[in-house]
This record gives sequence, C-alpha cells and structure tokens, in this order.
Amino acid sequence: MTAAGLAPLPSALPLGLARGALEVKRFFRSREAVVFTFSLPTVLMVLLGSVFGDHGEPAGVTSSQVLAAGMIAAGIMSTTFVSLGTDIAGDRDDGTLKRLRGTPMPAAAYFIGKIVLVAVTTVAQIALMLAVAMALFGLTLPATVGDWLTFGWVFALGVTSCSLLGIAISSTARNARSANAITQIPYLALQFVSGVFVTPITALPDGLVTTASFFPVKWMAQGFRSVFLPDSMAAYEPAGTWELDRVALVLGAWCVIGLVLCLTTFRWRRGQDG
Amino acid sequence: MTTTAIRVRGLRKHYPGAARPAVDGIDLDVEHGEVVAVLGPNGAGKTTVVEILEGYRHRDGGEVAVLGTDPGRAGRDWRVRIGVVAQTATDLLDLTPAEAVRHFAGYYPDPRDPDDVLELVGLGGVRQLVGQLSGGQRRRVDVALGIVGRPELLFLDEPTTGFDPQARRDFWQLVRALAAEGTTILLTTHYLEEAEVLADRLAVITGGRIVADATPATLGGRRHRPATVDWLEGGAPRSESTDAPAALVARLAARFGGEVPGLAVRRPSLEDVYLELLATGQAPVELAAAGGAR
Repeated sequence: MTAAGLAPLPSALPLGLARGALEVKRFFRSREAVVFTFSLPTVLMVLLGSVFGDHGEPAGVTSSQVLAAGMIAAGIMSTTFVSLGTDIAGDRDDGTLKRLRGTPMPAAAYFIGKIVLVAVTTVAQIALMLAVAMALFGLTLPATVGDWLTFGWVFALGVTSCSLLGIAISSTARNARSANAITQIPYLALQFVSGVFVTPITALPDGLVTTASFFPVKWMAQGFRSVFLPDSMAAYEPAGTWELDRVALVLGAWCVIGLVLCLTTFRWRRGQDG
Repeated sequence: MTTTAIRVRGLRKHYPGAARPAVDGIDLDVEHGEVVAVLGPNGAGKTTVVEILEGYRHRDGGEVAVLGTDPGRAGRDWRVRIGVVAQTATDLLDLTPAEAVRHFAGYYPDPRDPDDVLELVGLGGVRQLVGQLSGGQRRRVDVALGIVGRPELLFLDEPTTGFDPQARRDFWQLVRALAAEGTTILLTTHYLEEAEVLADRLAVITGGRIVADATPATLGGRRHRPATVDWLEGGAPRSESTDAPAALVARLAARFGGEVPGLAVRRPSLEDVYLELLATGQAPVELAAAGGAR
C-alpha cells in the first residue's frame, strides 16, 4: 500500500535543478541580498578605481585596470564564499534544513540547488563587473582563445574552491548573523593582503604576500591579471611571471581541502540541537 | 507490514551535560489509523521523543520501530511515508504558499494535488509571500507541506500554536478528515481541549516518563471521579460532590417542585485531571493503575 512501492522516487538531478530555480527566485526576491551581494564588489571597484585614476603603469595599462582584474577575483569570493557561507548558516538557522530532512529529498538535490544559485549569481556578478570595468576603465576582454581558456579554468577552480570553503565555514557559525561576520573577515583581509586593493602586489610587504600565497584569492587575482593585462605586466608579479601552473596547483589544492572540510564538518542541525 | 505504526520500548536519551535524562525509559505503541496525542509540560521530553521517532535525533537506548523501520537508519523510501510538521520554522519567507507546496510536492512519488492541499488547509487563493502571512497562516503552510506527500503517518508538533479559535476549529476538521482517510497521527499539544477532541488516546509525559496512557474519557480515572452538582438556593450558590449526580438532581427537582435554579452537573475537566497527574507525576505506576491505562 505504500506509494514508494508503486512509483519510483524522483531522482536527485531534476529535484536539484528545481531547487536551484527556487533558490534563484528567493535570492532575487530578497532585495537586500541582491543589493549588497551584487553591488559591494562593483562599488568598491568603482570607488578605488576612481581614486587610483589613470596613474600610468607601463605598457599602456592603468592602475584601475590592474585593480579591476583583481576585483573580479574578489567578486567571485563574494558570491561564493561569503554568500554561500551566510546562506547555508541561514538555512540551518531558519529551519530550512530541518524541514528538508523531514522529506524524501536527497541531500544531493540541496547542494545541486546551491550550485545553480552560485553559478547564476557569480556569472551575473562577473558580467556586471566586466561591463563596468570596460565602460569606466577601458578594460578589454581577452583577445585570444588561450586567454579565454585561462579565464575559464581560473573561474571554475576559483568558484569551486571558494564555494566549498563557504559551505565548510557555515558549519562554524552559530547562526546566520555570526556567519556573515565570520565570512566577511577573511574576505576583506584576503583582498588586502592579496594585492587586490594595493597594486601592484609587489608594493606590499613580503610577509603579507607570503601569507596571501597560502590562500586562493591571490592566485585567482593573478590568474585574472594574466588574462586581462598584457604579458609585459607579468614583471609586476612577485615571481616576475604569471605562474599559471602554480595558480592551478593552489586553487586545485583548495578544492580538495574544501571538499574534505565539507564532508567532515557539514551539519544539518544547529549547534545547540543535541 | 507490521500492524503497529509506532512501537517504542525502553527509549532513553540523555543530553551531554544534563543532570537528568530527557527521556527515561518510554514505552509507546501507536496502531495504524490511530490518533495519539502526547501531552506534557515544557521540558518534559515530548519533542525529544517525537524527534527521535522522526529520525532527527539519535537515541541512547531502547528499541524504536516507526512503520517497521528504525528511524535512525531510515532512508528516502521511509521518508516518503511520513509527514513532519515540526515546531518553529521561519524559512520559505520569500515564496508564496502555492510555490512552496508545488515545490515540495515534487519530492514525493505520489503527491496530493498542490491546489487541493492549499484548499484543504484554507490557503486557497492566498497570493502573498509566506513572510507577509500571519503566524496562524504560516502554520497552515507547515501543515500543507507535511501532508502534500500523502503520508501514512503524520507528526504534528504543536500544530495550532498561534491559531485563532476559528482557525483551530478548521484545523481540527482537517485532522479528522486525514484520520478518516486512515492517516496515523502523532500529535503534541499544550491545548487539552484539542487533545480531547482529536485524539483516540493520550500519553502524558513528564520528567522523561509516561505517567498516563489512556483514552481522553478515562485518563486519570476521569470517568469514575465524582461529579459536582451546582445550583442556587435562596440566592446563594450551593455545590455538592457526588457519585450519583442523577439521584441528587432528582431529589433537588422534587424539593424545588420543578426546575432547579442555576443547575449544572460537572465532571473533572481533562485539564483538571492532567494538572493533577503532573502534580503527582512522580509515581507513574500507581497513576497508571488508577488511570486504567492499557
């Protein structure tokens, strides 16, 4: 007499896509989220870019173009690490995860939904930042297939590693509000030490650059600079080259670390629930 | 399939750091099609028991079978067959009830029609977002999501908190309709009237133990308690406790030569019996015997 015996259970992928559609709908309905998540990196980029102005760097590159390339890395961290970390802590806080655990929804569908949300918001974020940077700072899109490929894999590895770290850090937060604070600090600190706000990165003390080298933002920013700036600008990197092999290595390593952290720390419940 | 929907033996749960166990050896049986209300003060262990049965919490000891399966190990096949209306959720605020119910219907292989469910819970035609609804209306969304999968067994954890009297009556109607379809229902509530109206059987939990398990009419020996007869005599209220209220009323009628002013015959209310049970709840064995528990 059970329904389960008659009809097959819906499978995870279509349910995950349905959850993704729902997540995107919810995201764009909560206006504060849209305004803050979306505009903050772009606003910072515009403000800092105006401050830096057209201070010439060689090879016809301006400081604001160097900034824009790095800010795109920060934009990714914002829509992945910060948003996802806060969002999942919120799901734990407001009963979303508990309610879902009471249904036959497979856990994979929940994460597929988050992937869809992050993909949509990140692509929109980067499109907005690129459009503004092209309009205000004269940034140009990559001209070669090779540069587009580099853009693609740096983007993919950056989004994956930062998303996994966002999921992992959500488990350390007691509630959604503390999750916001917990994610903002590494987000802002890493932008400073990774040479996003201060260009070129070699203007920073060596100790900070060494610290930043352990984390993803520095390498994402470096990867994007290799895509959007002429190769002569590689001279302003710490190693004097773009070090794309090392970009791939560090971001790949963070993907693995992030995955392990997610699998070992993810909680469906709030901390105080026994 | 087993004949019992829920079978619990010697259930124990002790939260780390707590002085006393939250659940201290509970036995409970719920038959298919039965509506059972679990009553008890805040902190008695009700929600812990229910959440163990729902598979949300791990137990420290005892046997639990829900629809023939250990909820601690149950998978999606089992979740299809149960419905959960938990306490306090503030999610889904950015969706309309219809969007939420349609989405959740997709999780089940054989869901009810979402529009029917919305009508059933009294949210048909509501177009606002859940975040703009009143507390009582939000609770109806919770109930709608709990029943959209056509559960065999429905858990309702304090479902009518925040309802106005009319909404509560409507909700009772809905629970009766679900029960009439054969849905087994385990309900926790603080409203004694609700338990009396809806439940075939009541289990009173206090201090992590079941101190009484009986029908609403017989809980705590209620049926055998003396009745109280009130009337007015010479403008003053009079009251007498008796095991034979009909005889007393007949004598009064003879004395007054017809109608007795202000006549009322009262039995102890469920609430009277319940509060008494809690006050003396330290002696479960005697009370169970006095209550004629099964």
